[in-house]
Formats: sequence, C-alpha cells, structure tokens
Amino acid sequence: MFKYVNQPIEKIDGLALVTGEEKYTDDFSFNNMLYVSVLHSGYAYAKIVDIDDSGARKMHGVVEILSYKNVKQILYTTAGQGYPEPSPYDTLLFGKTMRFVGDNVCAVAAESKEIADEALKKINVTYKELKPILNLAKSEGSPIIIHKDDGAFPKIPVFYDAKKNIASKVEANVGDFDLAFNKSLRKFEYDFYCSYASHCAIEPHASVSYLDGRGRLVIISTTQVPFHVRRIVSHVAEIPVSKIRVIKPRLGGGFGGKQEVLLEPIVAMMTWRTKRPAKLVYSRREVFKSTRCRHEYKTKFSVGYEADGKINALHLDALENSGGYGSHSLTVLANAGSKTLPLLNKIDNLRFTGMGVYTNLPCGGAYRGYGATESYLGYGQVIDMVCNDCNLDIVEYYKKWAIKSGETSPIFQALGEGKEGVAMTIGSTSLVECLDEGAKLSNWYEKKKLYGSNSGFNKGKRLKRGIGMAALMQGSAIPEIDMASAYIKMNDDGSFNLNVGATDLGTGSDTVLAQIASEVLDTLVESFIVYSSDTDFTPFDTGAYASSTTYLSGQAVKKCAEEIKKQILKVGAEMLSLSPDEVELNDSRVTAKKQTKEEVSFAEICQYSLYQKNQFQIQAAASHFSQKSPPPFAAHFIEIEVDTFTGIIKVLNYVAAVDCGTPINPVTAEGQAEGAIVNGLAYALFENYYFSPHGKMLNDTFGKYGVYTAFDIPPIKVKLIKSYEETGPFGAKSISEININGALPGIANAFYNATGKRLFNGPFTPEYVLKVLSE
Amino acid sequence: MKLPFKINNKQKHLELLPNETLLQALRNNHFTEVKCGCNEGECGACTVLLDGKPVNSCQVLAMSVQEKEITTVKGIGTLYTPHLLQKSFAEAGADQCGFCSPGMVLASYSLLKENPQPTREEILVALDGNLCRCTGYVKIIDAVEMTAQKLHSNKLVME
Repeated sequence: MFKYVNQPIEKIDGLALVTGEEKYTDDFSFNNMLYVSVLHSGYAYAKIVDIDDSGARKMHGVVEILSYKNVKQILYTTAGQGYPEPSPYDTLLFGKTMRFVGDNVCAVAAESKEIADEALKKINVTYKELKPILNLAKSEGSPIIIHKDDGAFPKIPVFYDAKKNIASKVEANVGDFDLAFNKSLRKFEYDFYCSYASHCAIEPHASVSYLDGRGRLVIISTTQVPFHVRRIVSHVAEIPVSKIRVIKPRLGGGFGGKQEVLLEPIVAMMTWRTKRPAKLVYSRREVFKSTRCRHEYKTKFSVGYEADGKINALHLDALENSGGYGSHSLTVLANAGSKTLPLLNKIDNLRFTGMGVYTNLPCGGAYRGYGATESYLGYGQVIDMVCNDCNLDIVEYYKKWAIKSGETSPIFQALGEGKEGVAMTIGSTSLVECLDEGAKLSNWYEKKKLYGSNSGFNKGKRLKRGIGMAALMQGSAIPEIDMASAYIKMNDDGSFNLNVGATDLGTGSDTVLAQIASEVLDTLVESFIVYSSDTDFTPFDTGAYASSTTYLSGQAVKKCAEEIKKQILKVGAEMLSLSPDEVELNDSRVTAKKQTKEEVSFAEICQYSLYQKNQFQIQAAASHFSQKSPPPFAAHFIEIEVDTFTGIIKVLNYVAAVDCGTPINPVTAEGQAEGAIVNGLAYALFENYYFSPHGKMLNDTFGKYGVYTAFDIPPIKVKLIKSYEETGPFGAKSISEININGALPGIANAFYNATGKRLFNGPFTPEYVLKVLSE
Repeated sequence: MKLPFKINNKQKHLELLPNETLLQALRNNHFTEVKCGCNEGECGACTVLLDGKPVNSCQVLAMSVQEKEITTVKGIGTLYTPHLLQKSFAEAGADQCGFCSPGMVLASYSLLKENPQPTREEILVALDGNLCRCTGYVKIIDAVEMTAQKLHSNKLVME
C-alpha cells in the first residue's frame, strides 16, 4: 500500500552518527571563547545574605560573574512550553533565595574551564539557612513557605496558592463518585508511591553562544524546544527575539530533560555582556542535581465495583512533588489523569483530584510518560485487583471495558493542559488485537494459571514465578495548543530541501518526516535534505514533546508536500502540453496518465521552473495543529522470577504489543518502544533519588544512580499492531512515551501472581520486596 | 606543549597540558568523535581503543599513552569508508541519538576482532561498560550479531 512510509528505511543520519561525524553542542568551539561554570546551592533552603566575589574577580582570566547583584530579577518558568506557559512564573535565573540543593547561586565566565572552576571556590557566599520542607506530604499549608513574597504568579488563570505551597491543583468530576462509591457492593482504597528519576540522556546539558557578524546572538544548545528557548531567553535576558537565533544541532537524547530552559539564558547573558563566545557544559553531577527530573508522586485509588467486575466509581487522587519550582507541575498533574482514566471509559462516576506542592527537593519537569507513568503504577494494579476479586481474566476485562473506536470519554474534555480539555472520539485503535497478540506471544493464559496460587507451582519454592500485564494509552500532541510547520523547496536535480522546526533529539524524526514527504511526492527519501531545527531557517514548531513529532509535524510535512505536488504537476503538465489533471507523479517523474511514454523528470521540471519559462521557485510552507490527540495503545506482558531470599526481581520475558497507528518507520518505532521499556524497567526496579537528611541528592553519578546496561536487559519482544488514524499522516499516531508506562504495573501484577502480595511503592528494590514478603 | 601520538594509524601532534586526560586531549585537538557523557569512567561514551583494547579515555592520562596505538571510531571506518560493523549499526537501527555510538561501536569492534562469533552472553559482557538510554540495547545487540553473521556467511576476517 505504501512505498516509502511503513518501510524500515535507514536513518538518514545513521552512518554519520556511527562514524562520529555528526556534531553535538559541545563539539562546537569558537575563537576567544569563554568557559562558564555555575555555583549551585549546597543548601536546600537558604537566603543569600551576601556574595563577595571580589577575590574571584581579581583572578587572572576571570571575565564576568553573574549573580543577583548584577542580574535583573525577572520571574519566569524554565519549562519550555507554549506561551503563555501553564507553569508558574516562580524562577529567577540568579536570585537571593535558594530553594533546593542545586539551585543557581552565581556563574563565572573565564578564559578556561579550570579558571572558572577555581574562581567558584573564591566566591564567598553568606547564607542564612532556613528550615526546609523535605517531605511532599508535609508541604501543603506548612508554616514553612517556599515561595514567600517573591511575587511568583501563574501566567494563566489557574489555581495557584504559593502561601500554602500549592504550585498547581486540578479537579475533574464525571457523574457522582461519592454516591456511586457508597452504593457499590465491593470497594477498596490503596495508596501508591512513585520515586524521583533522572532522564540520563547520555549527552549532558550544554549551551554555547556567540555573536554573529551583525551582532546577533546565536545559541547552539541541547534543546528539544528551540523556539521556546528563543522566546524565554528574550524574556529573561531582555534581548529582542529578532536578535536571537537558536540552533539545535544533533542531540544526545532528551526524554523531556531538555525541554527545560536552564543553561541558555546564562551563556546568552555572558555573550551579550562580554561580546565573546561562551560555553557551558554541565557535569553529570550537575545534570542529576541541578536540572529537572521525574516528579515524585503519591497516588490514592478508591474503587467501587460490582461482583461482575463492573466498576461504578473510581477516584484518583494525586499528590505531586514539584520541588523548589513549579516547572510542568500543572500539566504533568493533569496528564496523570487525562492519559489514564479514559482507558476504561465505561466507568460512569470518575473523580480526579490532584495537587502539586512545592518542597525544597529537586524540581520535577517533563519526563517521558509525563504523569501517566506515575498513575499507571496504581491504575494498572487496581484493575488487576478488581479482576482477581471477581475471578475475571484481566486481558478479557480490558477487551470488554477498554475504550473502542467511535467511543469517547468525558475526561478528554474535562482535563486539559491549564484549561479545559478537548472532546474527542477515538478513531483508531487496535488495542483488542494488541491484547490478543500479547497474550499469545507471552503464553499468558497457560502461564498465569501455572504460576497462580491454585497450581502449587510456586509453593515452597525460593524462586517464585509470576506473569502480569497492563493495558496502556497515551496521547499524540497537545490538542488545540501544539503547532508544527514545514517548508519545502525544490532544487535543480530534483532534490528537495525539507526544513522543519521539529526537533530530532535522536528519535529519527528527520528520517520519518522525509519518509512522509517521499510518500506524497513519490520520490526517494535520499532526495530530501532535511534540516532541523534553527529558529532563523526553519519554520516554527512547538518542539519535541508530548509525543507530537510524527503525528503533528508529520502532518505539517504532508500538507506541505501536497502543495509541492500540485506545483510539480502543474509545471510537468505545462511541459507535456497537458492539463494538470491529465498527469500524475510516478517515481520522481511526471507522466501522462494515458500515454505513459510521455514524461518529464523532477530534475527537468525544476530546471524548467527555475530557468526556462514562467519561472518561479517550486516551494511551499504549511502548518498544522490538531483538534485531537489520538491515543496510541499498548498491552504489556511481563514474566518475572522473585528470589524470596534476596528480594531480587528478575524479569524473564517482556512482550509489548503496541498500536501506534501506521508505524512510519517500523525499525525506529520499535526502537522507541524498546528504549522506553528498558527505561521503564529500570525505573520500576531501582532508579531513585536518595537524599541526605538535608535534602542533598546522594547518588549523583551514573554508577550510584544505576542505569541499565546491555547485561541487565531481559528478552524483549515488541510487536507493532497497525491501526489507521485518519487524522495522522498516513495513519500514524505516536509511540515515544507510552511504552515507559507498562513496567511498574506489569511487574507488580506479576509479583502478585507469583506471591499473592502487592507492591505499592516504586522502585521495587530488593529491600522493599523483602519487606513486603515479610508482612 | 605539543607531543606526538599515534592516532588512527597516523602520527599526530596533540597540544595538551601535562595533567590532561586522554579524553580532554583528544577533544581539544578536534577528535570530537570521542564523546564525554560523565567524565567519571561510568558511561563509556569516551571509549577509545588503546592497542586494540577499549578504555574510558576520561580515566587515562594522555601523556601515559604516547607509546600506544590510539583508535577512535573514525579509525575503524569513516562516513566515506564505513566499516561493516558501522553499516550494521545503521542497518539494524542501533543508532538513535548516536551519542553512545562511537563508544558502543568500538567496544563491539574490540569484541569481534578477538571473537568474531560471540555468543549473546559474550556480547552482553563486552558491552557492559557502555551506557545507552535510547535503544534499550536490543538493536545494538542485533547489530553485533548481524555483523558476526555477515562475517561468517561471507567468510570475512574482521579488519
């Protein structure tokens, strides 16, 4: 059916990546460049009484020092979101109040990194230490107020109460939960907990800036959101947008961690003041402590149901730890409900209540899964509990109760991102097929029975086996908010420039977008010279987040290519002395529909249009925004072995059947799923932030934090099960985030199958598992 | 100061300070294909081969390896003359962001050079020092197996 789409085409930057040819931010250096180092707070909560930088300023090679003393106090949010941002304006680039260990104190620019680092040691900072809040449950209404009299405010009209330490609040009600819960014959309430986590993109955050020949500021940065960087730097550094160019080179992974505008304003200010290039590269420890992480979450599920398994009432109450600043606080919170609750859309009485609170711990931000991961830990387990109690098979349960094509959920409209959501009817879904296929590939029915308590298989054994599963959904872009655009022009030889604001952060989106354009124009993927992203030369795109690029930017590219197609057909027809409706595209040529021998090549067409007659540039631009955020769906099946002596959970087998609509590139799509699954597994089993009693992160290296290596991974089988999403490019939906959500509930359900006990708190470390087993 | 080194089969003079690591010396002298992910010897992004053995170049003092053969990822194949292993990485989809790729390719190269037909277990052990956060390692392991398969079926010797 397709020629270039749905084909496993090699990434267009693949060979350049694996031969070390591609350039990342830190690979750019300039003559006369300054090196920047940042001093971070060692206190969780403190006021700076004074900064004495005279010793540092006297050092040979120190050029500039930025602190609250010489940087205007402009409130902003570091969240790289659309404007006006749904995150509160509660952050100063360099302020006087330190709100977590890792907060910015000041920055030095010097002739070398060594001098800059040495200068930091010579800066005397006098702090007044304050009593911090280091427990999210103790924040709301605490006499300790984290944003006191600093003017922090919400940029959009949403609930915000800094005096009570509340960074965000969300509520949505469908039906009458209380009434239905009370009337339900069976009911339960359980609390769940999800830990902090770091993205651990292997490339650390980095930014380098310089002034171009006309005095404009150019910033090369590790960003998922170049256009938001331009806007936010303009605001914080008071440099006009017209004077700023932001370039995203190759990116060494992001996962949401680079949707934050942290380093760019610092280098921008250094360059703007000194007129010299400036580079700032964070150390791995700085990335762990000072950038953003996954929010810590407590969730409570209250479920009322009948003996036949019908859930009458479900309440999800979420408490989110925003950390010192409220970046993404509101939107992650809203997504904790909006990306989970619609899955079982036949529950008539739903309540979602959520609150994000400030603490003096590291700040949350965007992280693959974006609230959904945190909710699925509980959501996936309470469904399993209902099924176990009612003696139902969970796979059959999801097949019966999960949202179907043509159906809706009132949650879509009730929960938006800082405003009301957008009503949506599900178009494409192959969830039922995913459930069947996943069950088949994992031998679900046999194994569940074999490992279950009735079989006696695990009885008396040290090593107990279990199998568990979870059904999942996510979204594709933020409806009626995100926008993407693309520009294409044709070149003499029949090649095309495809310029997109979409930000390939390693996902392969440059390739996927070229495949979409290829399909429209019936020409080779190699014909496209893809450039992403550069605020001077590529049209606007909100950026790489919210699982949006393939679905949203892909549709912009498709529209743009369709416009180019019209122009090519028109010129081709003119050259063949035919009308445009008598010709068609055919393998990089325009051919007559009737007499196939009459043809002109793309090269001839472009040369004609540029040089010969009725000259014009074949070119087009197109934008796209969506009224829908069609969910991808997935069914994950996980088989585990629990060592009841050590508490170690070993994953034996992981099967994921995934509906991403049409996989534009099945290889890169599988890669997205596999990467997300492994990140999800590590998060479920051991990734966490461990803090000192004073709020300092202790495990701030890869070694101590623990990232899975090749040696740790279980056999993983990803099966893509197509559906066709009418609103997406060639039927595509998203795939980048959804698959991080399965490990927590899937492992917990497998653990129940193996041991009859429940894991409520992530990560499921050996210590925690032993504690649960001994209860 | 400027000192001679043997890098990718060529004599190169590196401008460096006596206390610099091999990673710093290489990157400061335009060998930016060697990446820095942690600078603490934990991620493997800075992997180079010293006399054919993979090491974390951030943990090696540059001046201590003047006598050794240093190989970066460009030493086994370039964009213009890619190695079979690099082609397999691209073909298998083992490259997402690509930041770990130079180190991952070199660790795999070193394995295949010594053991052209490794078991899956041997591959996992060989790659244990190289972190990747994008791929979940599945397609990286595929790429190494694919290369071994190509070596075997075409009766090739790992160059």
